[in-house]
Amino acid sequence: MSMLTTVVQRVRVTFAVSWPLQYASILDMGRLWERLLRRAAAPLAYTQGYNPHARLQFADALPVGYTSECEMLDIYLGETVDVKALPALLQAQAPPGLGIVSAAEVEIGAKAPQSLMRAAMYQVSLRTDVHAAEIAAALADLLQRTSIPFVRERRGRMQSLELRELIHDLGYVSGDSLWHEVQMRLRCGSNGSGRPADVLEAASLAYSDLRVHRTQLIWEERSS
Amino acid sequence: MSIDRDVIRRLLTRVERPARYAGGELHAIIKDWEQVEVTLALAYPDVYEIGMSNLGLALLYDGVNQQPWALAERVYAPWDDLAQALAEENVPLYSLETFHPLNEFDVLGFSLQHELTYTNILSMLALGRIPLRAAERAEDDPLVIAGGSGAYNPEPLAGFFDAFFVGEGEQALAELLQQVRRAKADGWDRQTLLRALAQVPGTYVPALYEAAPGPHGTLPPHPNCAAAPDVITKRIVPELPPVPTRPIVPAMRVVHDRAMVEIQRGCSRGCRFCQAGMIYRPIRERPVHEIVSAVDQILANTGYDEVSFVSLSSSDHSGIGELVAETLERHGAHGVGVSLPSLRTDAFSVGLAESIQQTRKAGLTFAPEAGSQRLRDVINKGVTEQDLIETATAAFGRGWNRIKLYFMLGLPTETDEDALEIARLITTIRDLGRKLRGRRVEISVSLSTFVPKPHTPFQWEPLASQEDVLRRQRLIRERAGGRGIKLSWSDWDATWLEALISRGDRRLDAVIQAAWERGARFDAWQERFRPELWREALTACGVDPCWYIDGWQPGAPLAWSHISAGVTETFLLRERQRAIEGGISADCRQQCHACGILTTLGERYPDAHQRVAWECP
Repeated sequence: MSMLTTVVQRVRVTFAVSWPLQYASILDMGRLWERLLRRAAAPLAYTQGYNPHARLQFADALPVGYTSECEMLDIYLGETVDVKALPALLQAQAPPGLGIVSAAEVEIGAKAPQSLMRAAMYQVSLRTDVHAAEIAAALADLLQRTSIPFVRERRGRMQSLELRELIHDLGYVSGDSLWHEVQMRLRCGSNGSGRPADVLEAASLAYSDLRVHRTQLIWEERSS
Repeated sequence: MSIDRDVIRRLLTRVERPARYAGGELHAIIKDWEQVEVTLALAYPDVYEIGMSNLGLALLYDGVNQQPWALAERVYAPWDDLAQALAEENVPLYSLETFHPLNEFDVLGFSLQHELTYTNILSMLALGRIPLRAAERAEDDPLVIAGGSGAYNPEPLAGFFDAFFVGEGEQALAELLQQVRRAKADGWDRQTLLRALAQVPGTYVPALYEAAPGPHGTLPPHPNCAAAPDVITKRIVPELPPVPTRPIVPAMRVVHDRAMVEIQRGCSRGCRFCQAGMIYRPIRERPVHEIVSAVDQILANTGYDEVSFVSLSSSDHSGIGELVAETLERHGAHGVGVSLPSLRTDAFSVGLAESIQQTRKAGLTFAPEAGSQRLRDVINKGVTEQDLIETATAAFGRGWNRIKLYFMLGLPTETDEDALEIARLITTIRDLGRKLRGRRVEISVSLSTFVPKPHTPFQWEPLASQEDVLRRQRLIRERAGGRGIKLSWSDWDATWLEALISRGDRRLDAVIQAAWERGARFDAWQERFRPELWREALTACGVDPCWYIDGWQPGAPLAWSHISAGVTETFLLRERQRAIEGGISADCRQQCHACGILTTLGERYPDAHQRVAWECP
């Protein structure tokens, strides 16, 4: 008996990420999922070659610290499984902070969702004493602008970018005297992703605490 | 009371690698504080990634949590970013399971594995809001204890700990916690508890001992009350307890990111420089069938794709071939790899390595330790040049391009000639590799510096001089640099500090505190290490480091004379003498050298000895 290498089924799992798993990086997430699938005895298909590894594809990397209800992972299997039974099977082996939302079969040759990613919806909660009306106005003002030059720091390096291109839509949702909720639709994918914190900085909105929750991944629906 | 998760969430927006501080990993054990009588925080004074790789703490965590009346949680040293955030937000350092501040635990137990982590202990106490010094702690402060190899010379930390535990804690820790349980139930004061703890074999309560000033350092501690034994003899577990099969699986990458199964404790080789070889006696093998079944369960529970067979000398386990074959037979088809951390230098080990590395041909590591046969005999490293050549030939012949070799400089009796022999040996192996494999061959050579350690035959020896060590490093660089050889060597100042603390006495605790107060943290991290802080601290405390660095007359009383590893001083002196004469001592599975372990421990564990739980002839 040897490791399975021929893919016979591809399954797309939608999963939620909450505390404490929100602090896992995308590399951590890959290892974690591979271990989860091994615990669940899923018949994974492995790459051939010197250093075989399970074939897993995430639609997008969830930034460290964000929670989510819509992360997506494609799993390549070497034997077919009952997709309907899969969510319960996976949930039984999931570590704290990982919730299985659904699983569906996908055409093996379908394009990787990663290459089709266009945008993501975020529910952004900020703790601030700025009034609701001011927040709404600041966001609306940002949307009016045609250009928002922005410099952000990533891993110690300064990076200049055009933030306006990354913003699809912004809107104030609700709030009380402490917490306000804002919805953002930001570009997401291989040619640049918007970060809610950058948007708030560009809008000059100060806050003492921030929580970002991803609610939807939006990609081009196009089969191969 | 637990710290609110929202508070922690906000702290974690300010730090790198927040997963270090969030807890909640798969198989972490979270117990209700209302349902237990004794709470223990197990602490490791380095970052999460290193602390989570410590097998000893994992064994204790599992063991304590099996007691219905006790719980164990974990805490690791916070990196500067979290330390700063905790201080600024006025939040105490907390445990990863239930976010309780450290000062709310009944017991805080540190694992002491490396001298250069000691300043982090002070950081953790301070951030956990526990007085640094045992004498300053009040009735409701936690009992602060420590174990691990560092407890074999507890004196440099004596002022900071209420008690040390010497030896293997799997059974003894529960006994200590039982005393705490009684103390709480019966309302004992701290003094009464400390005296009761001193009665638990293997426990050292430094406050019950005086270490009088001598002409230079201090004299060996002796008891100041009847409750304290003159000599604290290490505890062992006569038979290895069952392997914990539901270890915590970290979400973030840690140093040893794989399943770990201890296949053997102790080592029969008797290398004279090796503290582990002396203090972990006697040798105890875990039966193959037990390991195989543990591996099945751990892999099913964790999903790891690699299992490491942990021991001081993996190829010495009598069933290692069968074990590796059986593991690969059962799990190889599922992509599970095996790693053997410490291989003997022989062709058998190369064969073993080949069988486990069908797919991943990482480097092969061997440790000849010294360059000349004379010096290898001095340290009793039973490896000949022919062994090494044969091993390298086998490795190159079977397809390896990379070999890693460990050597030590500054060993007792070493001369420049011995260093030249290292250079000759590594160029010989490089040339051999080039002949067999071509230009791809790479020999990585690590040149560490020998630090004389307590409880070894070399415990009285001086640390080699900086001048000699640096000259010998240079000699090797000049002769064995160049293509196909990658040399690395240890930093002198870090070696010097390790030597100082390893053999320190009670005066050193003031020095450690003074260095910490000046900002010494994470001294084991090269980029963080600031030796000048330690020199300032020594000056401020009026302590002359030479007393500890230069060693003593063989047989002189030592700061750790009141701690027994079960090996007699007579044996250590005999081995030292043999070393100087260049005489070797055979593997103790072949011949008994009367090290004392059988008499010391045989009396304590008579029934275990009858069941031949360990392998002394």
